[in-house]
Parts: sequence; C-alpha cells; structure tokens
Amino acid sequence: MPNTFPEPLEPSSSLAERLAGLTSVTACYQCKKCSSGCPLTFAMDFYPDQVIRLALLGQEAQVLGCRTIWVCSSCETCTTRCPNNIDIAGVMDWLKEEALRRGQASPQPQVTRFHQTFLDAVLMSGGRLSEPLLLGLYQWRSGGTVAKLRSGALVEDLRLAWKLARRRRLVPRLPHRLKGVKEIKDIFKKSHLHLQKTQEKP
Amino acid sequence: MKVSYYPGCSLEGTAIDYAASIGGVSGLLNLEMEELEDWNCCGATAAHSTNHNLALALPARNLALAETAGRDVVVPCALCFNRLKVAEKALKGPEGAHLGVPYQGRIKIWDLLDYLTQDAYLKELAPKVVQPLTGLKAVGYYGCMVARPPAVTDKTDAENPQNLERLLKVLSAEPLDWSFKTDCCGAGLAVARPDIIDTLVQRLYERARRAGADCFVVSCQMCQANLDMPQKRIGQKFGRDYYLPVFYFTELIGLALGHPDVKKWLAGHLVDPVPLLREKGLME
Repeated sequence: MPNTFPEPLEPSSSLAERLAGLTSVTACYQCKKCSSGCPLTFAMDFYPDQVIRLALLGQEAQVLGCRTIWVCSSCETCTTRCPNNIDIAGVMDWLKEEALRRGQASPQPQVTRFHQTFLDAVLMSGGRLSEPLLLGLYQWRSGGTVAKLRSGALVEDLRLAWKLARRRRLVPRLPHRLKGVKEIKDIFKKSHLHLQKTQEKP
Repeated sequence: MKVSYYPGCSLEGTAIDYAASIGGVSGLLNLEMEELEDWNCCGATAAHSTNHNLALALPARNLALAETAGRDVVVPCALCFNRLKVAEKALKGPEGAHLGVPYQGRIKIWDLLDYLTQDAYLKELAPKVVQPLTGLKAVGYYGCMVARPPAVTDKTDAENPQNLERLLKVLSAEPLDWSFKTDCCGAGLAVARPDIIDTLVQRLYERARRAGADCFVVSCQMCQANLDMPQKRIGQKFGRDYYLPVFYFTELIGLALGHPDVKKWLAGHLVDPVPLLREKGLME
C-alpha cells in the first residue's frame, strides 16, 4: 500500500473548502472508525480515513486518482458510524464525479465504464434499465473478447446467461417506452449540462 | 389495504421470480399493490457515483408520480428504496428548489420488508400458517441499502435489524444469530470486479456456515443474485462445497402459507432449494 510520502506535502485548503459545502469533513479527528468497518479495504490503495486526511490537506492528485474511490461499494457503513457525522461515502461520490469532471483517467476503468454504460443503457431504453442491453453493451465496450474466449471467461459468462435465460430471468425484450420519455431525456440533458457548468467554475 | 408499488428495473428482469413471489404474497395478505404508472429507473449506484444531479432528479420524478397517486409507496429493491429516500430528503431540503419537482412529502416510502413485517401483518400472518417451517435454520441477511445510512433511511436499528428474525419466528423457522447480517456483499461491483465479490461473498458463506445455517433469507434482489449465482464458482475457487440456498422472505411466507406457486418461484434460483426443503420435510 503506497501510503508513505517521501516528499514533504504542500497543504492547500481549496479542496477542503469545497468539500465542506457537502459535509462536515473538517470535523474528522482520524479515529479511523470508517476504515475499521469498511469491508473493501483489501481492494483499496488508501484507507477511507486516509482519503479524508489527504483531501483535507488538499492532495488533489492523490485523492482524485486513487483506486479507493472507485472500489468503494457505497455500503454506507463509514457514513453510518462516523462520530462526527461526516458523509464519507458521499465524499467518495463527490471525488469520483470531480475526477470525471476534470477528465482524469480512472484507475479502475472497468468500474467507471460500468457506471457510464448503465446510465447510457437507461437512456437508450427510454427510462428503465434493460439488463441484457447493459450486459451486452458493457461486454462490447470492454473489448478483449478474444482474450476472454481464450481464458474461458466468456464461456463462463455465456453459461450463466443461458441459465438465467432458461429461467426467464434474462430475456431480451423491446424496451418499455415510457410516456415520460421526453422528461427522462430532459433530466439527462439538464444533469449533463449541470455537470459541464460545474466544470467551468474555477 | 392499497398502496403504490415501485418495483424497480430488475424486478422486470433478473428478479422476475422475486416479483412473482411478491404478487403471490400480497394476494394472501389482501394487500393491493398498484404499480406506479410510468415509473423510471432510480439511477442506482451508477448515477450517484458519477452525477449528483441525475442521482436526485431520476428518483424525484418517481416521488412526484407517487404523490400524485396519493398513496404510500412500497419498494422491494433495497437500492431503489435508498435512492427514493435520498431524493425525498433532498426535495425537503435546500437542494429541493433546484430540482423543480413538485413534492410536498405527503406520502411515506416503505421498504417492502418493513411494510410486511409491521405488527398488524405479522398478526394476520400467524393464523394463516399451514406449513410451519420447523427445523429450517436460517440467517437473515439484510445487506446495506435498506438500513444505511439511518439519516437517509430513517431506520432506528441500522446495525442490528430484526424484521427477518421476527418474521421467521412467526413462520416457525429458526432464525440464527450472526454478526454479519448487514455486511456488504458488493453487488454493485459484481460485473466490473467479480474478483472483489468472490472475497466478500465467500466470507458470508463461511460465516453463515459457522453460525449453523441451512440457508440465507434476504429481502434484496441484488443480495439474492450475488449470493446465489456465483455460489458454485466461488466454492470451486476456494476449494469448498457450499450448499446454501438464498430465499426471498416472500418465498418463505408463500411456503408457510401454502401458496400453490412456490415451486415455480423457487425454480428461478441457481442454487436449487428443493433438496433442502425435502430434507426438512417441508416439500414433497
């Protein structure tokens, strides 16, 4: 775990100030209750308490580029247990969104791609998620089909898909087009614009 | 009783078996669940991870629909429930004005398990039990999103919920005590990082086994899928032979109350629960 810093840190308060608008992040006294209860620490590069600390010190490159924010499963255990009512899982979300806003490459491209494909699939199917569309699209965008075929992973996936299809649990159907499809499109459009607008702010 | 029903996307797809058992059980309990007309996806983890505004606006539309329908809304999917609650809090707070959604907060958002385990329903259930689930040792597994964070879900027992245990006792099953009933199974990462799921879910299998459980009982279709679908594969990976069927609580209500479609519902599982139920003398 790369949690040692040979170079002296240059603290900056700008990130802390922005996060303070979201939650009481500056109240953190490093009790590490968040990290103690986190079930995902084995897959993280920084523990949740370290993300909070680094954010408070303004270490933007570290927190926006770390694996932790993407492998966090949003189980909300940290937020529930924080004695200072810091919405730690909310901070993780904020950092992911900020990383995307800045166009930063994700250290967990599969996870980022899954989220984005999920939302694309909702929009494409007119407001409700079509699971076969999501899975197909994600597979296609992930590429590496030949490698998956060679390793046997694709056969495994297809076998599961077949089992589900036989149980009528994975049935490709025409999307259920909502009456409010235009509203849904507007919601997506406005949210996208909202994201861009926030991007333009210094 | 009549309520609005927000099934969520997966109950039209991979969790269609859960939807069927909910339909069956609501019939047994004279609960009329009217599907909310024109509901949309809540945005799920994908939205709240990448676009805060979208993550509020999508569920907010559903809340507006539910309020127009004028009845409390019952939600079987834990994540949908959570996102609707987040939107409810946002609409009532300072962010509400920006969302431009008419919502007064006159209706209540229920998670299905909470709704069906109210005292009145448990009392109604008890005399209808025709097949007591005697000898079925089960661990209740709640997962994350129905309970956490309490500031969003308004639950008072987020660390140690008891609904499933109370229900199982009414059905004469044997709910076991274990410390992992609200631990995360990582379902949101199941497609992108299955390796992570293997670790999280294998821990749950081991802990359930150590508690002496025959099976899991869940109320969340993502937990169900995540504990049921990869069980054989995870067993092979860790050199163990797991057989832990994962029941929806509605399936067990149906079984105890003698609903004729129980076998059909259970046929949707990948880990076939029928051998276990036969062994316990609960099914022919």
